[in-house]
Amino acid sequence: MRPGAFRYVSAISLDEVLQNLSEFGDESTLLAGGQSLIPLMNLRLARPEVLIDLNRIPGLAGIDIVGDELRIGAMTRAVDVVTNSTVAGSLPALSRATAFIGHPQIRNRTTIGGNISHADPSSELPGVLAALEGSVTLRSIRGERIVGWNDFIVSTFTNSREPDEMVVDVRFPLRTGWTFAYDEVAPRHGDYPLAGICAGVQIVDGVVREMRIVAVGVSDRPVVLSEVAQASVGRELDETLIKELSKIGREELHANGDAHASSEYRKWLIGTLITRILGNFALESR
Amino acid sequence: MNAPQTVMAINLVVNGVQVAREVEVRTLLSTFLRDDLGLTGTHVACEHGVCGSCTILVDSQSVRSCLLLAVQVDGTNVETVEGLGSLGSLSPLQDAMWREHGLQCGFCTPGILMSIEGEVRSGASAEAICDEVLSGHLCRCTGYQNIRTAIHAYFATKDES
Ligand code: FES
Ligand code: FES
Repeated sequence: MRPGAFRYVSAISLDEVLQNLSEFGDESTLLAGGQSLIPLMNLRLARPEVLIDLNRIPGLAGIDIVGDELRIGAMTRAVDVVTNSTVAGSLPALSRATAFIGHPQIRNRTTIGGNISHADPSSELPGVLAALEGSVTLRSIRGERIVGWNDFIVSTFTNSREPDEMVVDVRFPLRTGWTFAYDEVAPRHGDYPLAGICAGVQIVDGVVREMRIVAVGVSDRPVVLSEVAQASVGRELDETLIKELSKIGREELHANGDAHASSEYRKWLIGTLITRILGNFALESR
Repeated sequence: MNAPQTVMAINLVVNGVQVAREVEVRTLLSTFLRDDLGLTGTHVACEHGVCGSCTILVDSQSVRSCLLLAVQVDGTNVETVEGLGSLGSLSPLQDAMWREHGLQCGFCTPGILMSIEGEVRSGASAEAICDEVLSGHLCRCTGYQNIRTAIHAYFATKDES
């Protein structure tokens, strides 16, 4: 197996990428970490005409806190997010979620921009971005725009990037007073999750003020479990409430079934993950 | 701005030897190593990143060579299993695998050796390697227990010396 014929540019600057994107548009594909794209090319499911390699461009990787956001450059590798102390200190849920991506050999190449752009419904990071209500920065020769996750991630492998645009960074809001967590269930360590949950909670005086909770791996894009979040407001996060929320989550969710897991099984997994994550929040807030 | 190419010249170091070649841009690194350089120690099976057989080191990082284009390693330092040791003078890691019967058919072995080598260099513990790193490799002979034993044996000898 090998990719079909294509033409290749190893860009050395962002300007060069944007020029190429504006010239080749739809015919071009951006190569970031390649851990999803190259398999698709090997299987001939992707047949780019022009492949624009981003790997040699300086300055596209980096992790910084800017204002109340954690900004991660598009070409930042997953391995660098997992081991980064700024991420661990400001958003440990992101370190944990990123550590679930593939295996170490994959995370050495996977990039944050590529992962989010690929919009794989089973991938962890779009779920984290959704839970935090984060966004991406898109750039083209026409200018720059910031697009929220909800508008960016459209459905399976589909985002709303225009053909001449490139994701230059991913922005994770840092919410003061909130705790976030991520957990998932996969058939084998490193496999795609059958179901995952990213949740965040703000607890004031022992009572839930606000909650965000998102399921991944169950639909064509991250699913916001708004009924669960609503039902938690103004209540104490105790065993009774957690049981109730886990049940609401199971009932609220329309989970896809496939060869790996039935819809019913995925719903149970979501219920279990809700119990697990919220149980930890309850312990921590004590 | 460079025009898109279909063939490119690359220069790299493979197992300590400088290599210069022209390659089609669509050539996978695994194909380049095996077909162009004759380094068939790097095995390929799934060719889409699932099995780990083709794992090698690029600038000391373990990567799937079936998920990289040969043109992407221009200017890098590539290491394959041929660079670890040779018959009669196995590397300490290879020696531990041999002593502990960490391989049966040996198909998955080169990839596993290179992954472990990369992780050892980045300072990973024996436990982390056994759990995290091995999960990235399919051993069809299912010899994982002996591979784990070999990893521990290797660390034991390494810590002694
Ligand atoms: S051949 Fe590369 S991972 Fe299977
Ligand atoms: S030893 Fe046969 S596949 Fe691992």
